[in-house]
Amino acid sequence: MEASFLPLTKLTYIISSLLFIGGLRYLGNPEKANRGNLIAGLGMGLAVISTMVLVYWNQSVSLGLIVTLGALLVGSIIGLFLAEKVKMTSMPQMVSLFNATGGGCAMLLGVMEAPQYASNTDISQILLATSTAIGAATFSGSIIAYFKLNGMSSLYPRMALIATYGARLILLFIGVIISMLVFISTDLGLNTWIIAIGMLALTYGVLFVLPIGGADMPVVISLLNALTGIATGLVGVTLDNKVMIIGGVLVGAAGIILTSLMCKSMNRSLLSVVSGVVKNDSKASAHQEIAVKSTSVSQTALKLAFAKKVGIVPGFGLAVAQAQHACAALQMELEQRGTQVEYIIHPVAGRMPGHMNVLLAEAEIDYEKMLDMDEANARMSDFDVLLIVGANDVVNPAAIEDERSPLHGMPIIEAHRAKQIVMIKRGMSFGYAGVPNTLFEKENCELLFGEADKMLSTLCSELKMF
Amino acid sequence: MESFSIGEWFTEYEEAVYFLFLIVFLGLALISNVPSILHTPLMSGSNAISGVILLGAIVSIAELPEGDYFGISLGFIAVVLGTINIVGGFTVTDRILKMFKKIK
Repeated sequence: MEASFLPLTKLTYIISSLLFIGGLRYLGNPEKANRGNLIAGLGMGLAVISTMVLVYWNQSVSLGLIVTLGALLVGSIIGLFLAEKVKMTSMPQMVSLFNATGGGCAMLLGVMEAPQYASNTDISQILLATSTAIGAATFSGSIIAYFKLNGMSSLYPRMALIATYGARLILLFIGVIISMLVFISTDLGLNTWIIAIGMLALTYGVLFVLPIGGADMPVVISLLNALTGIATGLVGVTLDNKVMIIGGVLVGAAGIILTSLMCKSMNRSLLSVVSGVVKNDSKASAHQEIAVKSTSVSQTALKLAFAKKVGIVPGFGLAVAQAQHACAALQMELEQRGTQVEYIIHPVAGRMPGHMNVLLAEAEIDYEKMLDMDEANARMSDFDVLLIVGANDVVNPAAIEDERSPLHGMPIIEAHRAKQIVMIKRGMSFGYAGVPNTLFEKENCELLFGEADKMLSTLCSELKMF
Repeated sequence: MESFSIGEWFTEYEEAVYFLFLIVFLGLALISNVPSILHTPLMSGSNAISGVILLGAIVSIAELPEGDYFGISLGFIAVVLGTINIVGGFTVTDRILKMFKKIK
């Protein structure tokens, strides 16, 4: 290594760290977020270039240099291609895939570094093994998450669930035994240990994500994101690289905050999500007949025509039906008539944190018209008409009113307090939670049966006739 | 393997432990008040930052002994994965944030 470049690299690492911190700060501000992303990207570019200079400056061209440059090129092309091609509805899959790449990198790094640390007798070996394990589990877990989000999940039978728990325990047990053996005898080297731990963790990652329910995916993505950060931070400690520690830990913190936020929004504990337990035990009130009032498109259009303030509550059903654009068209029509339109978005409306906001923004809906749950609940009674499209559990008043409901305690959009409610639904099916929606029974709630996309566009054309 | 004493370990890593604590609190403070509309770009953007692990892979390749072709192929894959994470993450975040911006 070229010693004279060490101070320079240290300086650029400090600058990179500051850029990461500043970039993340700006990413939290809607006005400056785009600049924040560029700043963080700049910090990354600087860190990579200065590392390359540190390692290869003044050296004759080596295989390592060629391989690294080639890999940087290949990675950049693949990364650009994926990022430009992905549809906004598939963002959760994309993030899962990127989680997998980060985890995979941490895992491979552990295996590569193992020979270097074989003679060390300190904590760095344990750190290396831990980061390898977390990296490997994140890698395989994220790949499974990717496939689950792509709709390849099937119903997970109870027997399989128990088998999975058992297998997970056995894996943990083997991991502990192997780790202990390494410390007792010198015959089992660090290399073997790291590879064994990596293999076990790969399997563990699969078993970790496999049983998790589709509705809990936002939590899982956030958690896996946090784990890639933590693995990066640990590798940073092992290699004594501060910019890696800072980058990794910041990401870990972001992931943990989002994870707990998602858990709160779904009224689930992290433990119950991770164990794959689905809350649908209390079928006590499930078979009650509910008297619903259905309405027609023209009646709804009439209501909208006389409303001063309309709230739209989108759920993932809206995105599945690709109805964002029809929604935006309806909003335009209403606004031209002088009606105020706002969107009310529940934290878990999409498949990942903030997903619904992105999907609406894609349909060129102004982000300043998107209210979050608390803002909307504070002035719910101002809304003359609330149009619910593709959301179900997140507007179910049972969460507040029925103590026996599995939804009880979940923060909801308190739609029932609006003056009138029209809910566009395909049929009488339940939401993810599998419980009847007591909103249907309310005096001020009517159901409009039909496909979201078609209903919204016919509403729009009916409205033009008034 | 020799046993290591907790005392020695602590002296060596004392600084790192303080450092970790400070960064954790910095991270929690930086991110705790992000409005929900920015949660997706925050996640994809921070995801890209975790690609900083690429630095480790670059250094690791350079330190491999000559002729370690197994190591170098692992390194190649590691650098490719890290670069995908970084380039893809920042690009997709930029795409998302541009959609938020062009309105008005």
